[in-house]
Amino acid sequence: MKFANAQATVYNDTVVRQFAIMTVVWGVVGMLVGVIIAAQLTWPELNLGIPWLSYGRLRPLHTNAVIFAFGGCGLFASAYYVVQRTCHVRLFNDKLASFTFWGWQLVILAAAISLPMGYTSGKEYAELEWPIDILITLVWVSFAVVFFGTVGTRKVRHIYVANWFFGAFIIAVALLHLVNSAAMPVGLMKSYSAYAGVQDAMVQWWYGHNAVGFFLTAGFLGMMYYFIPKQAERPVYSYRLSIVHFWALIFTYMWAGPHHLHYTALPDWTQSLGMVFSLILLAPSWGGMINGVMTLSGAWHKLRDDPVLRFLIVSLSFYGMSTFEGPMMSIKTVNALSHYTDWTVGHVHSGALGWVGLVTMGTMYYLIPRLFGQKKMYSVKAIEAHFWIATIGIVIYIAAMWIAGVMQGLMWRAVNADGTLTYTFVESVKATYPFYVVRFSGGLLYLIGMLIMLWNTLKTATNGHAVEVSIPAPALAHA
Amino acid sequence: MDILYLLIPLSVALVFFILAGLWWAVNRGQFEDIEAEGERILRND
Repeated sequence: MKFANAQATVYNDTVVRQFAIMTVVWGVVGMLVGVIIAAQLTWPELNLGIPWLSYGRLRPLHTNAVIFAFGGCGLFASAYYVVQRTCHVRLFNDKLASFTFWGWQLVILAAAISLPMGYTSGKEYAELEWPIDILITLVWVSFAVVFFGTVGTRKVRHIYVANWFFGAFIIAVALLHLVNSAAMPVGLMKSYSAYAGVQDAMVQWWYGHNAVGFFLTAGFLGMMYYFIPKQAERPVYSYRLSIVHFWALIFTYMWAGPHHLHYTALPDWTQSLGMVFSLILLAPSWGGMINGVMTLSGAWHKLRDDPVLRFLIVSLSFYGMSTFEGPMMSIKTVNALSHYTDWTVGHVHSGALGWVGLVTMGTMYYLIPRLFGQKKMYSVKAIEAHFWIATIGIVIYIAAMWIAGVMQGLMWRAVNADGTLTYTFVESVKATYPFYVVRFSGGLLYLIGMLIMLWNTLKTATNGHAVEVSIPAPALAHA
Repeated sequence: MDILYLLIPLSVALVFFILAGLWWAVNRGQFEDIEAEGERILRND
């Protein structure tokens, strides 16, 4: 069978451009909301007495905006770019690809309106109500058709490793979304989960942790395996290891979720199972991290004067750090101290700001000039400034949360000789205050870096113009 | 913990699905001469 896209002579970069620009825009929005809620934790008066601006409603808006709007658009842009470039074929269906862009923006818009209004299913990272969930499903199925259709019509026999990561990410997220969002609607914007009590908690964290594994890890590893070799102009350190990394990661990921439910009503053996799988995950995670970093072996000097490469490589060091910290925190005795404290918040942000954020920014700095017919971004100095401001922001943020978290854990478990608690809860809140101020300033730095990126992106886009890139002839591609 | 009657079979099904993917990839020669594949993306796109 002949498909129309197989005859095309140019890549479909329109949808990549759209997603790339929105990645930067939603990054600014999501991080701004993050800074606002960090300020609210420090100065609660900033709720302003308005329900729409209360912490409880803005917090899911922040998480949804940074994960699904910023991260999601970044994943769409890079998956569409990488699958075309490595398969030497135009995207499978232009109309469907365009639908994924507009549909995804509609989902984000619906989230930005419904969450502050207080509509929520109460499931963390899956708060959106059922009509929006249905739209997500439609967009995601279209994404899968476009992506796998493109792979299926490829002109290069070998499927590059990045595509395996993107493919696994797309399939796993579809499955997670369908199972976790199963609900009985009782009104236009109200539904009840199909599961109850501890069953619901188990499904929620089976979803929640696999969302970390497949949305925030597998997809971004796909990015890493293409854009680090391209930016460093060297092949990945060990292609063999990248394949082992992929299969090991997807075989072992699915059962880490119960570590979110240590010391709850979940059966003990299920908790321990979650802990064991979380510990196993250290191996494939570090395999990937080492593989990415070692791609630079023999070319370390490139880090000195290429800030884009620095974004990508430093993101991997945060990936390595948080995938070591995560398994440690899943150990039940460690978790007894860390759970429900700000240590968890610090851990999440070392992964989110350090790994997901920096790798996405590095990728966008690679993509945006190319998408607008430029050799490099408008200002390389601004990339340099962004890198340092963001990195310092992350370090300040996570160090404050580590200290605050361990302090809270120690205060909550301290008991007097007669068995009474040494501290009241509010004393631990009061002790946390200075750390919340420090965290706010770290987050603010990170946001400032993102604003610099927005300015740089707009300058690059307006100085350049949308370009069409030809697909290499099959003879060159060793089809 | 009735939910495990859903989640465990789902994981088992998934493992078979992943195994099928691995089996397909190996049999279609996806993993032959792989180090050259890592270099290809640097040459042309």
